[in-house]
Amino acid sequence: MAVKVKSIARRRAFVENGIRYSFAAISAFSIFVLVIVALFLIINALPAFRVISPDTFFFGTVWDPTSPLHPLYGIVPLFVATLLVTLISALIAIPIGLGCTIYLAELAHPRVRAIMKPAIEVLAGIPSVVLGFFALIVLATWAQDIFDPVNRLNLFVGGVMLSAMMIPIMVSLSEDAINSVPRSLKEASYALGTTRWETISKVILPAAKPGIVAAIMLSIGRAVGETMVVVMACGNAPHLTFNIFSSGLTMTATIANEMGEVAFNSTHYYALFAVGLVLFILTFILNYVADILLNRQEERY
Amino acid sequence: MDRKQKEKLLFLLFRLCALIVVATLVVLVGYVVINGIGVISWSFLTEFPRQGFTAGGIFPAIMGTLYLIALVMVIAVPIGVLTAVYVSEYSDQPLIDFEKVRPRLRRLAVTLHLRENAEPKRPAKVKKTRKRGSQRLFYRILRIVITNLAGVPSIVYGLLGFGMLVIFFNMGMSLIASAITLAFLVLPLVITASRETIEAVPYSVREASLALGATKWQTIRSHVLPYSIPGILTGVILSISRAAGETAPILLTGALVLKQTLPESVFSSYMALPYQLYALATQYSDATRPMQYGSALVLLLMVVGLNLVAIIIRNKYRKKYRW
Repeated sequence: MAVKVKSIARRRAFVENGIRYSFAAISAFSIFVLVIVALFLIINALPAFRVISPDTFFFGTVWDPTSPLHPLYGIVPLFVATLLVTLISALIAIPIGLGCTIYLAELAHPRVRAIMKPAIEVLAGIPSVVLGFFALIVLATWAQDIFDPVNRLNLFVGGVMLSAMMIPIMVSLSEDAINSVPRSLKEASYALGTTRWETISKVILPAAKPGIVAAIMLSIGRAVGETMVVVMACGNAPHLTFNIFSSGLTMTATIANEMGEVAFNSTHYYALFAVGLVLFILTFILNYVADILLNRQEERY
Repeated sequence: MDRKQKEKLLFLLFRLCALIVVATLVVLVGYVVINGIGVISWSFLTEFPRQGFTAGGIFPAIMGTLYLIALVMVIAVPIGVLTAVYVSEYSDQPLIDFEKVRPRLRRLAVTLHLRENAEPKRPAKVKKTRKRGSQRLFYRILRIVITNLAGVPSIVYGLLGFGMLVIFFNMGMSLIASAITLAFLVLPLVITASRETIEAVPYSVREASLALGATKWQTIRSHVLPYSIPGILTGVILSISRAAGETAPILLTGALVLKQTLPESVFSSYMALPYQLYALATQYSDATRPMQYGSALVLLLMVVGLNLVAIIIRNKYRKKYRW
């Protein structure tokens, strides 16, 4: 009998350990994916710098890779376009998103909230290609009538449409942050005779600040990395411009537009990987800092 | 202006912000529905496109998208859910318990005549106990990796899929290359969603099971996972909708504008709804506009429908299990 019990125990331990190790191996796969993404980008980006000097890549103001005689690979126009589009969408999305969050978390009637929260999730779920389609056909026409832009498709149109993508991300994340603020803080503040706005602005928002900043950073990260909206709405002209009403080519749009036609192992091919690497590093930093801030918010309460 | 008036004005502004957000959704969805509803018909859903996308239907694009998301799920769901189980259930244990392994290694070394059979002279170490939920290095790396994988732009995944899968592994522009790329993309979503629900199961449930003599795996299989299934399902459905709507990765890894047959195998190229919408809207004439509206509406219905299903499941079970 004792022998049998022992053998059962042994078999159990064997199965348990086997399961634990196989789970660990599967989890390691996720790490493996990120490492592969990073390594592969670096490996494919490095050959670009054998032909293009890092100086002309990072500070060159002309992106003209298809020129037969003298192709130029300067990332500055692409970077500026990405920056402008992100700036426009952030300027629209941050105030509206913040206002919407405060309404949703503090002011809205529970029944209104029960409808609005799914609505915001649905907005977040709309495929970016549909947003781009809308920008291309409708928003660009509206912008043309109102602002009389240089090009019909321009950075402004892309930025406005991107803000529709940023807002739901921002709202749902910063609402979590506001909800994590303990009730007792709010009640203590009311007990001191403050109005609702004073409680919101002096107690709740400061307490939720790390979470809200993280939400803003994550949504900016999404805007930087978004492809379809900008490729459809921004006109894709690779010239250096600071005019938001002129067309421009962002980093993501460059990859999407040019990867299909590029010859494998050409300088252009590697240059696109270099652009991808810059994009990867940019969003990685944004995400990493946002993650640290979110942890801080969690630890606080 | 006294503080009451100021408050009223500000609250009005906040309400306005919320209204803008809702209005955006209504305008977007309304525009696509109003323009697309007239195009949708049985033949539009079941026919191949004809005459340069001005007649016929979008059947191959719908099927391509369905094939694609099925493949993505086959790859991403098992890996995602099992990783979530590991992260939430096993990560407080060391991957290899050296205290246990060391004597075994020693015995092995003795049997192989690699060393003398001598018991260690060191006094036995006091076993350090770890707090529950304390983080191991592996877990910490895993957490950083998962959060950062979620933020990598989809076009970068596309670049990876193109360079690594299509060219390096020689898969060609194919369903499988796109599916693996999209699986990388949705993996963090599946992991995060599953982890949250698994960790929401109260510890008392696990303790009760362990106290009855069940092993850890038995506890997970028959107690933790059944309670987390609705939450995991929600996460999976949301990831499906994300995968169905992504365009940038499939643009680089295998979607075609026009293909006269359905994909024959996982190694053949395919048509997909989001890519078809993109290509028609940017590269084709206005004569294809009805088909653009139709594709946009079908895609939107698919994605929004999946989202709604996920929200309904979540709300239903959130009421059922209230810990």
